[in-house]
Amino acid sequence: MATLILTDATFETEIKNATTPILVDFWAEWCGPCKMIAPILEQVAAENVGKIVIAKLNVDENPKTAQALGITSIPTMNIYQNGEIVKTIVGAKPKPALLADLAAFL
Amino acid sequence: MSKVEPLVIIGSGPAGYTAAIYAARAQLSPILLEGSVTAGGALMNTTEVENFPGFQKGIMGPALMEEMRAQAEKFGTRFITDDAVKVDLKGDVKTIQDGSGNTYQAKAVILATGSGYKKIGLAKEETLSGRGVSYCATCDGFFFKEQTIAVVGGGDSALEEATFLTRFASKVYLIHRRNELRASRIMQQRAQNDPKIEFVWNSQVIDILGEDKVSGVKIKDTVTGEEKNLSLTGLFVAIGHEPRSELLKGQINLDENGYVQTTPASTKTNIDGVFACGDLVDHVYRQAITAAGTGCQAALDAERFLALHGIFSA
Repeated sequence: MATLILTDATFETEIKNATTPILVDFWAEWCGPCKMIAPILEQVAAENVGKIVIAKLNVDENPKTAQALGITSIPTMNIYQNGEIVKTIVGAKPKPALLADLAAFL
Repeated sequence: MSKVEPLVIIGSGPAGYTAAIYAARAQLSPILLEGSVTAGGALMNTTEVENFPGFQKGIMGPALMEEMRAQAEKFGTRFITDDAVKVDLKGDVKTIQDGSGNTYQAKAVILATGSGYKKIGLAKEETLSGRGVSYCATCDGFFFKEQTIAVVGGGDSALEEATFLTRFASKVYLIHRRNELRASRIMQQRAQNDPKIEFVWNSQVIDILGEDKVSGVKIKDTVTGEEKNLSLTGLFVAIGHEPRSELLKGQINLDENGYVQTTPASTKTNIDGVFACGDLVDHVYRQAITAAGTGCQAALDAERFLALHGIFSA
């Protein structure tokens, strides 16, 4: 798997220490659209090694981070640069549309 | 350029999968573009389906779709988990391009792209999407534990969402612009008997309150014109669907609401060899079983069309 798994315990550190933009996909098992976007994110990760890190955080197992960020819809994909949120994408979308949203970071 | 296939089906869900089951059993070896993030269609975001014949104990929407997909696969459907992004439906050979740039050619095409949810059309709806505004109760209910929220709408999906959301929320307003519901009696009774659900009749949401997150809604009484605010943290929009026919504009006859027009009592469109079924066509019934029924019809119509043109199988 090309994606990085984050937890409530590792979230802060990974975001701070990332040397490239990092996209965090907030997801859960019960969420249909989250399952649809997962393989697309895997592809984006594999195709853009060194440019962007794709990470996932399961909100069911790690509710603290999602709550602190005020996330109320999944999938939500936050992109962080230098520890700051620079873009938020809400909802699953086809790969070309996702790549267009990520163009500035790839 | 790829070879010319007998049949390409665009879109999944009960209509597309049923069309695939029939077409595959007719040995047309159909290609089905099931959608990159919409595979399985609207039922993928629902919970229990209680009215699909053959499942007296009910079945979860995603499980029903998995069954249909597996059945279509068993008979030789070839699945492409991608979207059709460009189509040229005129002429004897139709071409379809997917999101990865692959091109498919076919003698016949079945359109089954279904419908997407309708938005209220308020500016704040966009900015607060993912900040309290949601279109998927099964995805997002979890985030509203012990909170006061609202569902907008009056059909079966609105009531199903409201009932589902009572698992999490402490209170669910059901805001509806009329004083009666379109939803089935059993769904109405279930919602009306639920102590957590409060009906807000004759009301239209005219504004969403809150800057960074939803803090309430402004509603207007459709009879008296009176306006008032409701405090809440979540707004689930379930006011209906609109057909996903963007791709077809200018190629196929659509009605004024964007639904594909078909010849009465068939699935034929105005273009030879192009058939349409499911929620893309149907703005009246919109049930899983009716979508499946028209999917079957589309496959039989396509099969007949191909036979007339001397094409039986790949």
